[in-house]
Amino acid sequence: MLDTPTFTHLPLKPGVGYKPQHFNDIVSHAGAVGWLEIHAENYMGDGGRPLAQLRHLAEHFPISVHGVGMSIGGEGDLDRDHLTRLKHLIDWLNPASFSEHLAWSTHDTEFYNDLLPLPYTNATLARVCSHINQVQDLIGRKMLLENPSSYLAFSESTWSEPGFLKEVSKRTGCGLLLDVNNVFVSATNLDFSPQGYIDQYPLDLVGEIHLGGHDEDEDDHGHPLLIDSHGREVVDPVWALLDYALDRAGPLPLLIEWDNDVPDWPTLEAEAARAASALARVSTEVAK
Amino acid sequence: MTTDPLPIAAVDQTAFTRAMMDAAVDTPKGLRDSQNRPAGRRFNVYRNNVAVSLTEALMQAFPVVTKLLGEENMKGLAGIFLRAHPPQSPLMMFYGDEFPEFLAGMAQLSHIGYLPDVARLEQMMRLSYHAADTAAIDPAALGALTPEALMEARVSVAPTVHLLRSPWPVVDIWRFNMIDGAPKPQASAQDVLITRPEFDPQPAALPPGGATWISALMGGETIGQAFEVASQENNNFDLSATLALLLQGGALTEIHRKD
Repeated sequence: MLDTPTFTHLPLKPGVGYKPQHFNDIVSHAGAVGWLEIHAENYMGDGGRPLAQLRHLAEHFPISVHGVGMSIGGEGDLDRDHLTRLKHLIDWLNPASFSEHLAWSTHDTEFYNDLLPLPYTNATLARVCSHINQVQDLIGRKMLLENPSSYLAFSESTWSEPGFLKEVSKRTGCGLLLDVNNVFVSATNLDFSPQGYIDQYPLDLVGEIHLGGHDEDEDDHGHPLLIDSHGREVVDPVWALLDYALDRAGPLPLLIEWDNDVPDWPTLEAEAARAASALARVSTEVAK
Repeated sequence: MTTDPLPIAAVDQTAFTRAMMDAAVDTPKGLRDSQNRPAGRRFNVYRNNVAVSLTEALMQAFPVVTKLLGEENMKGLAGIFLRAHPPQSPLMMFYGDEFPEFLAGMAQLSHIGYLPDVARLEQMMRLSYHAADTAAIDPAALGALTPEALMEARVSVAPTVHLLRSPWPVVDIWRFNMIDGAPKPQASAQDVLITRPEFDPQPAALPPGGATWISALMGGETIGQAFEVASQENNNFDLSATLALLLQGGALTEIHRKD
């Protein structure tokens, strides 16, 4: 493991997505939570409470900055104003990690506030790599790229998703963020084995793992259609998939994402405690 | 049952967004399920995500407008607005800049004439919430000036400060809907000063002439010149009451004495 590149400085502990309503609880009863992740775009204002809270939290916890609006997979150029805002945030906060998504969200000048899917073609590969290089050159560090939740497939795709991500990392030097809930959602929706996906995934490039809850729906043919909603507990099969990944990758920083119908702090902290148990199991085995 | 496999079709982001923002446009060919069947309602996940997330952003941004309209009406209006005015930036904290004008242009809302000004007030409160931090002057520094020096001084105003001049009792409407036990609004025009004493923006009704005075100060006039303009508008303009509102709100960041 010694030659594994270091993509993040996050501790091998659970973190949670930070919600301002938990500020006081986090400061007084962090419990199992060892670090926090913020959505970059929520901290790109000029001042006020959000930045004051973030400055305070950064004195006590490692912070991961997770972008949701860079539109890495967009057909157009990256938004220069947004790049400047990101650089400013990274420069003053000096976070333990920066990550973004294999997705797009901006087209022409319009931002759609959702992570939209990409065909895995050579053209997409060239564009994504060029955008990642641009971001990494600007912020002066390597980023992590997250695998998406898929609800459909593109007929034009010529790469598997793990193969595509591995090639992006090879060309740009970026690390990967493995979202095991996204793997489970995509595998259910598109009929592949989630364990098989993990087997193909370049686990040596992973700097962080995400866990979150999803909703259940159906497509036109009565086929299950899981939706990545981040609005409830992580389900048991996703915890099992986490164990499967950790058994192969060794301990990694784990994050609980709960962005909608945000629960009270004890409920969120309990999810982090469950993640701590999953980490403790694999850490003990590594030590043996 | 066998069906011929669908041919491979490229889907660019122009076609994707067009179908995503307009349910009357067919889902692009080339989007499939695992058995190579057309994506069908799988594509609706994106249509739904975008509409719901932008609608929620607007409802969070405009809580009083939402309360005045009712949630269902607000959702309906948001659905029209987000298609006519999709965000032009990934900073959702500011999305809705054009919402007040949009409301003003809706003929079916003309019976709620004050709605656009309530929306303007809410948008200004958000801008104030995220504005840069600045240190306020010590009020004693103003008290230390002679009356002549005070009148010749200029001031710098914090970026948290906003002014809204309304023919409606817009502060009272805001308070009545946000604060338990606040009195029912009475019909009267109100000029509003928004300040941010620490982290929470506060709207306050200004005395007559107050908005003109502050506006002149923000335009670089001396306290005395601004007083002249405000007095022309209202010869009972109360400078000390208006100044007290600014000082309480930490709205002044520098005094520039005449050299």
